[in-house]
Order: sequence, then C-alpha cells, then structure tokens
Amino acid sequence: MPNEPTNKDTAPRVAVTGMGIISAIGNSVQENMEALLASKSGIGSISKINTVHADQIRVGEVAFSNDELISQQQLSDDNNFTRTSLLGLFAAKEALKNAKITGINSYKTGLISSTTVGGMDKTEQHLKTFKTSSESQKYISSHHAGDSTKKIAKQLGITEFSTTISTACSSSTNAIMLGARLIKAGKLDRVIVGGTDALTKFTINGFKTLMILSDEVCTPFDEHRKGLNLGEGAAYLVLESETIAKKENKSIIAYISGYANTNDAFHQTATSENGQGAYLAMQKALDFAHLKPAQIDYINAHGTATPNNDLTESIAIKRVFGDDIPDFSSTKAYTGHTLAASGAVEAVFSILALQAQTVFPNLNFKSKINETGLTPTTEIKKKPINYVLSNSFGFGGNCSTLILSKE
Amino acid sequence: MRNCYIHSAVSISAQNTFASEDFLLDVIAHNTKKTQAIYPNFKDFIAPIAARRMQTAVKMGVVTANKALQIAELNQPDAIITGTGMGCITDTEKFLNSIITNNEAYLTPTSFIQSTHNTVCAQIALGLKCNAFNNTYTHGNLSFESTLIDAQLLIQQQEAKHILVGGVDELGTEFVEYVQMMEAKESKGIKVPFSEGATFAVLSSEKKVNAIKLQAITTILEASKEEIILKLEAFLAVNDMDANSIDAIILGNNGDAYDAYYELTATSLFPHAVQIEYKHLIGEFHTASAFAFWLGTKVLQKQHIPKDVLKNSRQNKSIKTVLLYNQFKGKDHSFILLKTC
Repeated sequence: MPNEPTNKDTAPRVAVTGMGIISAIGNSVQENMEALLASKSGIGSISKINTVHADQIRVGEVAFSNDELISQQQLSDDNNFTRTSLLGLFAAKEALKNAKITGINSYKTGLISSTTVGGMDKTEQHLKTFKTSSESQKYISSHHAGDSTKKIAKQLGITEFSTTISTACSSSTNAIMLGARLIKAGKLDRVIVGGTDALTKFTINGFKTLMILSDEVCTPFDEHRKGLNLGEGAAYLVLESETIAKKENKSIIAYISGYANTNDAFHQTATSENGQGAYLAMQKALDFAHLKPAQIDYINAHGTATPNNDLTESIAIKRVFGDDIPDFSSTKAYTGHTLAASGAVEAVFSILALQAQTVFPNLNFKSKINETGLTPTTEIKKKPINYVLSNSFGFGGNCSTLILSKE
Repeated sequence: MRNCYIHSAVSISAQNTFASEDFLLDVIAHNTKKTQAIYPNFKDFIAPIAARRMQTAVKMGVVTANKALQIAELNQPDAIITGTGMGCITDTEKFLNSIITNNEAYLTPTSFIQSTHNTVCAQIALGLKCNAFNNTYTHGNLSFESTLIDAQLLIQQQEAKHILVGGVDELGTEFVEYVQMMEAKESKGIKVPFSEGATFAVLSSEKKVNAIKLQAITTILEASKEEIILKLEAFLAVNDMDANSIDAIILGNNGDAYDAYYELTATSLFPHAVQIEYKHLIGEFHTASAFAFWLGTKVLQKQHIPKDVLKNSRQNKSIKTVLLYNQFKGKDHSFILLKTC
C-alpha cells in the first residue's frame, strides 16, 4: 500500500454501506432479520457431519449443502473450495451486492477475512487419503487458513490488498477493526471485512473435550447454562470512507464508531476472574469513540453460554457500566457460536438492531446468574437505538469490542 | 505521519542465528528434503511446567520474542502481532489424528487448546502479562508481512509506540509430507529444504542509535513477472526512490520455476545492486521471509554481507538501502524497504 500522509484529526469516518450473511437462521440479511424478529432459533441436530457425538450436541448449521453452494456460485466441477470458503464467498457476494458495488476496482478495495478452522472441514475428511487419492489431493493446498480469503478475493476480483486474521473467536471483529483503520489512514477507500468458519469434527471434538458443549439449545446468561452450541456461517461488511460513500450517493447503514483489541493475558482458554481483557476492550472502545457508557443503547454480548464466559463478561459489563446496565442480549442461541465469523455475524445483527430500532431478545433465559444478577433483554424491545456495542472474546485471551452507530 | 524504526531483530532458523553472536560465519549446508531449525536450549528460557505443553512453534516464538524485547530494552510492548502460515500444525495434526484413530473417543483437550493459530501470540502476552493489542495473521506467505503492515499502521496513526512483531512456523510431521509429495510432481519444484523458524522484532516510533528504518512495505496477491516490475517501480516512486537508490536486494529464491520472477527483477531493475539470497541456508516455509527481514536489518547495522548469502560480486560501497522481495509460486509477493537512519 502506498504511504500517503494522513492526519488523525482529518481522518474520514468509516461508513458501512453493505452487509452479507449466511448462518443457521438464514441465507441472507433479510432471512436473518426475519428470524431475529420472530425469536426463531436455528439450533438443531447435526445433519451434515457424521459424528459419534450427534446425540449429545446441538448445533447451528447452515441449511445449504456444499453442492448447493457450489452450483449457486457456478464453480467448476474440479474446484477445491472448502465449506469455509463456500460460506465466505456466499456472504461476501451478498455484501457487495448490498453495497451496490459493481466495479470492484473503481476504488482501492481490500478484503480482510478471518477464520479459525480454515480448510479443516476437507482436511479431516481426506487426511488419510492424501497420499493415494487424486480426488483428495486437491485439498492439501486448501488447508491453510489464508486459502479461503485468497479464493474469495479472486472470485470478487480484489487485487489491491488482502489478509487473514485468526485470533480465535474474536477474529472477524479484528478484521473489521483493521479495515476501519486502513480506511482512516487513507490506505484503502473501501474494504470488505468479516469472517467465515464451517462446522468441523475438529472443533466439535475440541470443545467436547473442554466439556463446554451443551446437549440442549444454549441459554446465555442463565444461572443454569450448560455450555455453548457450535455454529457455522460467514458474514461480511463493506466499509467505505464516508467521503467516498457520500460522493457516490451511497446509503450509509451504519458507522464504525469505536473499537479496541486487548488481551486478558490470564490463561490460554479460561478468562480472568474480573474479566480484565473484556473490561479493557469495552472501556477502550468507548474512549476511542468519545462515548460515555450511558450512551450505549444496546450491548450485543459475546454470551457463549459457557459458565466461564457469561460470568466474566457480566462482571466486565458491570465494571464498565456500573448500575446503569444497557439492554443487552446474546444472539448465540439463534446461530450457535460461529467462532471466527461470530464477530461479523453479530456486527450484522448490531446494524440490524440499529435499522429496526430493536433489541433482539436473549433466548432461553430463566434465572439470573447468582454472582452478578444481570437480566438480559428477553422480549423484542423497540426503542431508540443510536449506539450498539458488540463484544467478541476468544481463546488465547483475545478480546475485542466494536461500537456501531446510526449517525 | 510517524516513522517506523527497528530496535531489534532476533531469529531462530536452520542456521545458528539465535545463540551465536557471529553473523552467519559458519553456515550449515542442508542437503535434506526437510530440516528443523537449530533450537536453543529451551529450558534455559522457559519454565519446565510451561514448556511441557508447548510445541516447537510456541517455544521458538516465545523465546525469540523475549530476546527481541530484551535487546530493545522494552518490558511491555503496546502491541504484539504475530504471523504464521500453518499455525500450530504439530498440535493440529496430533488432535486430528486422535480423532481419526480413536473415532472421536478418549480425547484430551491439550493439543486442541494449543492448536489455534493465535497460540504463539497469546503465550507471549501471557508470559508478559501484557493486556495490550494482540493480533495474529495467517495469510499464507504474507503472514509476517501482514504483521508489519499492521504495526506500521499502528505507529503511523499514533495508536502505539513500541510493537513486538514476529513470524513463526513449525515443520510438523505429516502435513509437510503431503505438501512435499505434491511439490515433487512439479517439473521444476522447490529445491531448498522445507523448514521452520521464528523471527521477532521490536518496531518503534522512536529513533535510536543504530536503529534501522522500516521505510515501506507492500503486498501483491498475484501478478505476472512484467506486472511485478511495474509495481516495484511504482512502489519505489511512491517512496521517492528509483532502482538506482537500492544498494542491496534480498531475494527469496528457492530453486523452483518461479525464481524467474527474481531473475527478471534483478537483471532488469537492479544490475548494480548487491544481490543476496538466503533460502538455501534456512529453507522454505510460510514465514521464511521474516528471516530476510532479520538479515536485511543485520546487513544494514553491521555493514557486512556474509559470503554465503552474497550472490554477485562483492561491493565495497556502504549499504544504506535494502529491498526485500519475496513471492511464492508467483503469488503472495511482498516488497519491503529497509534503510539506515
């Protein structure tokens, strides 16, 4: 990227001009919106992966099969797209369409994607036949995590800049953040940001060994929560410099007002007792956006429904917001935990909350967590919403917070 | 806009680059298909209880990062950014094979927990108790380059002053075999060994004695040889330079057909520059180009080019500006400009 001089004070605002999503509750922004407004969960039995744990887990699967995704996107028969790439391409295309972008290179446009599993869905099926089967061998090169991004970039015709972030479950929030920073610095005019992850045996068994998978639909922020449901999906936002979006008469659906990336630095998988990383991420994002906690109208929480996350996230929320806790909910009971994609999935939901001026209910909540006593919003709530704060926390202590605004 | 200076650079590679103070004086010839890095005695640097769970990438990363901080006299960076192509492939293979062999039974979480791409970056933060910005890039052969882009941006935009960046990849055991099997089918495949390593550096907005300046970096996803020449000229022009301002070029030749990119670049743009190559010494892997970053920094600091990396006639003039060019299979191109201050 060229090194144009920039000035922080005159940096353009970062506008969101489009979004795309595929998740367990729908194959488009519209379908996801309808499911959220109908309080309709996408969690169910696993159907596309043959696992011995099928009876003991509930997951958020995307309805389309790989074959359906391949034919819809008109890929050649000998393609080596993994499910992660297929989901990513599907959502990224919707985002571009939604932003009414036709000439991809009429402005300096980048792609920042993210994934945790990369091509694992194919690797775990073909690992033991890589040596012998030519049909398997095409998936050797699609294993690494950068592969899905490169495939999406190529399909979209993006040549300017592209990279892949993998910070576990905060990955796509960090992708959004990098995109916003590149636009503010004037290095890109426009950038597609988000993430994609497919369900895999690898992650199902990984979370199973950690004993944090629930055998029922998950119950975020409930005292008796039993763990998370894994999900799959992809979501992307189109970010543009406000100057260019206005020049092009684009309809701006939201602004990226604040963000922060911190690390809990406590344990590879557990969170610190006082939720330090999460606290710092929220606080720094508020500071960056020059907002007071009271100005946040809705928190789309990370809320995975694991005993550990929901307790420490609650503690961190109380540390930031004191006695004046905004409406908050976790949408994980709709989609499951989509890992790297979750930050972007929930950024889309946060924008839908701004558009519909609606807090989406936290499903399956019955009783408050004893230690913290917080009650999430459990019914559809219409109210003026100007600022939404969205949290994403992951293994390795990675904590990121995004603030989206209407104006 | 602030400048970005390199305060330290440390590398573990298939040469004795970590423990030795010598600058590639006695190099090891690698005639194997695969080669491990020369590890320091990890026990001297990592507590046994922590080391027990760590695979090679994490150990190399943590040790290299700590030494980079030490040399830069920095206790707490404002950001830690890591790049890795294959991530923690050893633990990934281990967990994957347990799933397959035991049909999803009798699994323990350790290798899963340690298999995520951000493990190295997380373990560095954990060791330092560092709550700061923490990011991991995994974008094939641009993974390390992505950390530099992020770090430079943080410094230019005054979001951070001192940043720890690094690239790390471990060899693993199984996946690399499949990759090499496919590579062997190529008519002119990679000749240098497949390898591993870790390079970490401290970047800073503060100028310091003997610091090297990271002038610019750019990445290109895919381009023809002719396009690369044009893009490289444009890259230099943006930085108020032309091909004649480059004293030395460090190229990522690995012996495959795509070395033609380097050859055309060297002959058409830099006939008078000192030409340096390194992959015959340290092998090929997704973050091998991080070693070139280390090498470029050392060449500028020491004003000396070790004979085993020098590819054309030795030049006596001082070396003020070094250009690094790397690509993989005609894709994932990167240009990095380093300068003396």
